[in-house]
Amino acid sequence: MQREVSSAGEDPRPASLLQQALLVSVFIIASCGLAYELVTASLASYLLGDSVTQFSTIIGAYLFAMGVGSWLSRYVGGNLVQRFIQIELAVGVLGGFAAVGLYLAFAAQMGPFRILLYLAVLAVGILVGLEIPLVMRILKGQVAFRDLVSRVLAVDYLGALAVSLLFPLFLAPYLGLMRTGLLFGLLNAAVALWALKLFQTHLPKRHGLGWATTLSIALLLGGFAVAGKLSDMAERWLYADDIVYSESTPYQRLVITRWRDDLRLFINQNLQFSSKDEYRYHEALVHPGLASLPRAGRVLVLGGGDGLAVREILRYPQVNAVTLVDLDPAMTHLFSTAPFLTDLNGNALNDPKVHVVNDDAVRWLEDNPEVFDFVVVDFPDPSSYALGKLYSTAFYRLLTRHLAPGGRLVVQSTSPYYARRSFWTIAATLESVGLKTAPYHALVPSFGEWGYVLAGREAYRVPERYPEGLRFLTPAMTPDLFRFSADMDRVPAEPNRLNEQNLVRLFEQEWHGVTR
Amino acid sequence: MQRREFLALCGAAALAGCSKGAPPLPPGELGGMNFKAGHRLWSPGAESQSGIEETRQVGVLIVGGGIAGLSAAWRLERAAYRDFQVLELEDVAGGNSRSGANAISAYPLGAHYLPLPNPEARVVRAMLADFGVLQGDPNAANPAYDETYLCHAPQERLYRQGIWQEGLVPRLGVSRAELDEQGRFFQQMETFRQARGRDGRRYFALPLAHASRDTALDGLDRLSMHDWMRREGYGGEGLHWYVNYACRDDYGTDYRQVSAWAGIHYFACRMGHGQGADDVVLTAPEGNGWLVKRLMERLSGRVQTGQMALRLSQRPGKPVEVLTGQAAGGPGVRYLAEHVIWAAPLFLLPRVVEGLPDHLGNALAPLSHAPWIVANLSLSSLPGAGAGAPLSWDNVLYDSPGLGYVVATHQRIRRAPGPTVLTYYRPLSELDPRSARTRLLEASRDDWAQAILADLSRAHGHIREQVSRLDVFRHGHAMARPLVGLMRDGRRDTLSSAWGRVWLAHGDVSGLSLFEEASHWGVRGAEQILSQQGAPLHERLA
Ligand SMILES: Cc1cc2nc3c(=O)[nH]c(=O)nc-3n(C[C@H](O)[C@H](O)[C@H](O)COP(=O)(O)OP(=O)(O)OC[C@H]3O[C@@H](n4cnc5c(N)ncnc54)[C@H](O)[C@@H]3O)c2cc1C
Repeated sequence: MQREVSSAGEDPRPASLLQQALLVSVFIIASCGLAYELVTASLASYLLGDSVTQFSTIIGAYLFAMGVGSWLSRYVGGNLVQRFIQIELAVGVLGGFAAVGLYLAFAAQMGPFRILLYLAVLAVGILVGLEIPLVMRILKGQVAFRDLVSRVLAVDYLGALAVSLLFPLFLAPYLGLMRTGLLFGLLNAAVALWALKLFQTHLPKRHGLGWATTLSIALLLGGFAVAGKLSDMAERWLYADDIVYSESTPYQRLVITRWRDDLRLFINQNLQFSSKDEYRYHEALVHPGLASLPRAGRVLVLGGGDGLAVREILRYPQVNAVTLVDLDPAMTHLFSTAPFLTDLNGNALNDPKVHVVNDDAVRWLEDNPEVFDFVVVDFPDPSSYALGKLYSTAFYRLLTRHLAPGGRLVVQSTSPYYARRSFWTIAATLESVGLKTAPYHALVPSFGEWGYVLAGREAYRVPERYPEGLRFLTPAMTPDLFRFSADMDRVPAEPNRLNEQNLVRLFEQEWHGVTR
Repeated sequence: MQRREFLALCGAAALAGCSKGAPPLPPGELGGMNFKAGHRLWSPGAESQSGIEETRQVGVLIVGGGIAGLSAAWRLERAAYRDFQVLELEDVAGGNSRSGANAISAYPLGAHYLPLPNPEARVVRAMLADFGVLQGDPNAANPAYDETYLCHAPQERLYRQGIWQEGLVPRLGVSRAELDEQGRFFQQMETFRQARGRDGRRYFALPLAHASRDTALDGLDRLSMHDWMRREGYGGEGLHWYVNYACRDDYGTDYRQVSAWAGIHYFACRMGHGQGADDVVLTAPEGNGWLVKRLMERLSGRVQTGQMALRLSQRPGKPVEVLTGQAAGGPGVRYLAEHVIWAAPLFLLPRVVEGLPDHLGNALAPLSHAPWIVANLSLSSLPGAGAGAPLSWDNVLYDSPGLGYVVATHQRIRRAPGPTVLTYYRPLSELDPRSARTRLLEASRDDWAQAILADLSRAHGHIREQVSRLDVFRHGHAMARPLVGLMRDGRRDTLSSAWGRVWLAHGDVSGLSLFEEASHWGVRGAEQILSQQGAPLHERLA
């Protein structure tokens, strides 16, 4: 076994100066340790959603790794200061670039993202776990042990405290996750540099270490300089195509991309439509229901601020009033003014029969007595409790009050293939409020197999004819939409009640299993 | 682990300490129970100060318009007995279940939820059925409830170590061994829940009147909840915190003082289920204020507010004489009542009754009440979500002097982000009740506002900028304290027996301040009187 060299003990300079220097490093090290944890956890919840799971599993894994690190530290021997500097550099580079690397990996879809994520967390965690025990051992010759422990721990706490305050208030909002990571990487490298200076006389391989330090700092500085470019690049990879429009409204982030003649709308990074095949989605959404109601004159659309469902509705001459209720004025404004979008929706939102309301759908339904012959419910998927309320028994009861006698409603109901139980939960919810349902599906290539549920007080019969000009639906194939293959067929499901919101949990589970 | 806890603490201190940069306190008022009127009862000859101008005769006089009094009245009304009058000291009825409202929302000033009633809670079930909230047969095992009142998911979350987690039992960052211990604890509570005495009744029934009389578990009343946990080998810090939280929440009292019998009762008493609804409470923007409103609708005109009972005396064979005064100070009325239901707090009795019999006086002597603060904060928008579980109805902060806050707009289905009202709860359980009441009278609105904002800032760094108003409501004698030795001492039998023509009917009779208890005793008083009068009782609920 090698003899442990506690170089600090032989240092000619006053011990207290050295000690203070080391304690300052502990402060920085502690800040960095917490910063990496927060950065990766925030990045994971940003990219993967479901922040509870991300935060708890990442913090769990990180703490575990730190434990492993401090246990491993007993096997670290030799020149402790040299080891310390090496570890600092490793933490700095690895931790500093973790966010950049992970984001790029996610955007470029290199390999299984989750595995990379946890590998990074474990590696950084282990290295961070090594730091403090090493510092304690370096300092051991200097101060009485109890005093030492309490000092190091106090400084460790202070460092972590500083970051926990700075991170949400300043770092994440102003620097962004990538730069925050790199900044702390630089701090780690600075500690290495400092230690190098302080202990230069006791370091046999000073030159090698010096080069490594310089290189690390240069790398991190470089990363810091191009972080903005990298993040743009990642966003472009993520969206694959050119971004022709983007806006953050108080409600959501809208991004429109174009590649050749394909326009795509993303809301919060989720694809809403691709102009290549949106006609399939919207024809399937509107016509099986509306064509079965030859006398329908009043139609309500909830959500669907892109006007594409309205475009389909306006194919019926007997429809004399369409009310569109969408929360986000930015969305309806965009789709009634931008030429490349009004081309797509046939300028539907500017049609005199169409009345656009920007309000919360529930508030509007609660405050308005109007009834409708046909209602199109085109909300985002139930991916949060707030959205899940729009798929609940209470919501459907409210909606039923706005249904004229003989009227019918259709609900976009996520994918019966990817989220089979979610789909049938929506059907069960509609049935539990006394409606008769007719669930069906259609293939929309950019989404996969997609599902809808028609519901009304009376039983449904498929229409015998459709308006002119449809590109997807024909009367002959329509009955097939209402048949489900074995892998999408009905499964038993409980209604989505507000007090449980089982749909939100199911939806989360089911879509989690689907790789993007 | 230690490191993160330390962090949470420092975070709070640091944020609270940044008062230089912090915006000024939002406006608001210090309100609360009418202390001045209440204290009039303490002055001798109080009734003569205001003078009596009129004598009225009444079949049943109900003193106190809290849940107990209103429930009594509701039962009389249900039996089509209308010769009664309710006297309420405050300007509005409701007592500890009162509520307020502003332009944003209605909000609670006290009690805020009702768990789904047990099968034995027949009063509560009949009442909910009467209001149309329990649908179908009130005695069904799993009745259907109007979902407007079932607390929407997510119901509760806990802020600990910088992260919100689902539910109130600390689980994130808790060791395997501790999780197992929690499992054992809840398993043991389940055993208590099912436990029945030799008379076939559950030990931990709710209301308590239905509990077994078997004395086999009375030993639990001889030590505190804290000591019992230690005795049973429960050591987990998170579990201890949680159990103490529960005792402070339901009893306003620290678990080092609460009788283990009462502490266990909290966990073991509830077994109400509904169709598609387990482990869920009934609530509304105004908390239990919605129940007060519904009760009041049934009683139009028979509740006199701003009227307090000052003296009560009864002589054999004579109607009970009750002298009242206006809380604001005007002249009062001399009531001659065939029967009285005393539904005001019982600690007032020795002041109001001339020659209170010793057996009652002795039974009341050990009773003490915990004071509370309830604050309502108007926010320009929902509080920031923070890391972890999303905003829930009940949001609790670990290791806080308060019990967290509920969100008044939670039951709305709409999703547009908008202003909201948060109701913050704080029992003064760290002090003995007397010093706590002194504190309550001395501390200013600003003192409370400062402390509350500092506490909430731990989890919501920017909350000060969001709060446009912060009203503080004080409850001087809010909850009966179920201290060691008070749960199984036979006192309940003494207090609930007829005392001449007077029936005592307040949550205090059980020594547990709960809706189920208050309504039970109110209805029981009414039913006793109805049956004495020979009125046909179509049903016996209590
Ligand atoms: C902050 C807080 C939160 C609570 N939360 C819950 C909860 O969530 N769920 C729950 O079940 N319970 C809760 N409780 C317990 C609550 O006390 C009971 O639910 C219930 O409201 C008690 O009703 P009561 O009629 O027994 O008593 P009180 O509410 O005390 O009613 C007594 C009434 O008598 C009046 N009065 C007093 N003196 C006189 C007089 N001399 N003459 C005339 N009138 C008089 C009072 O003004 C009062 O209105 C809470 C209590 C508090 C303080």
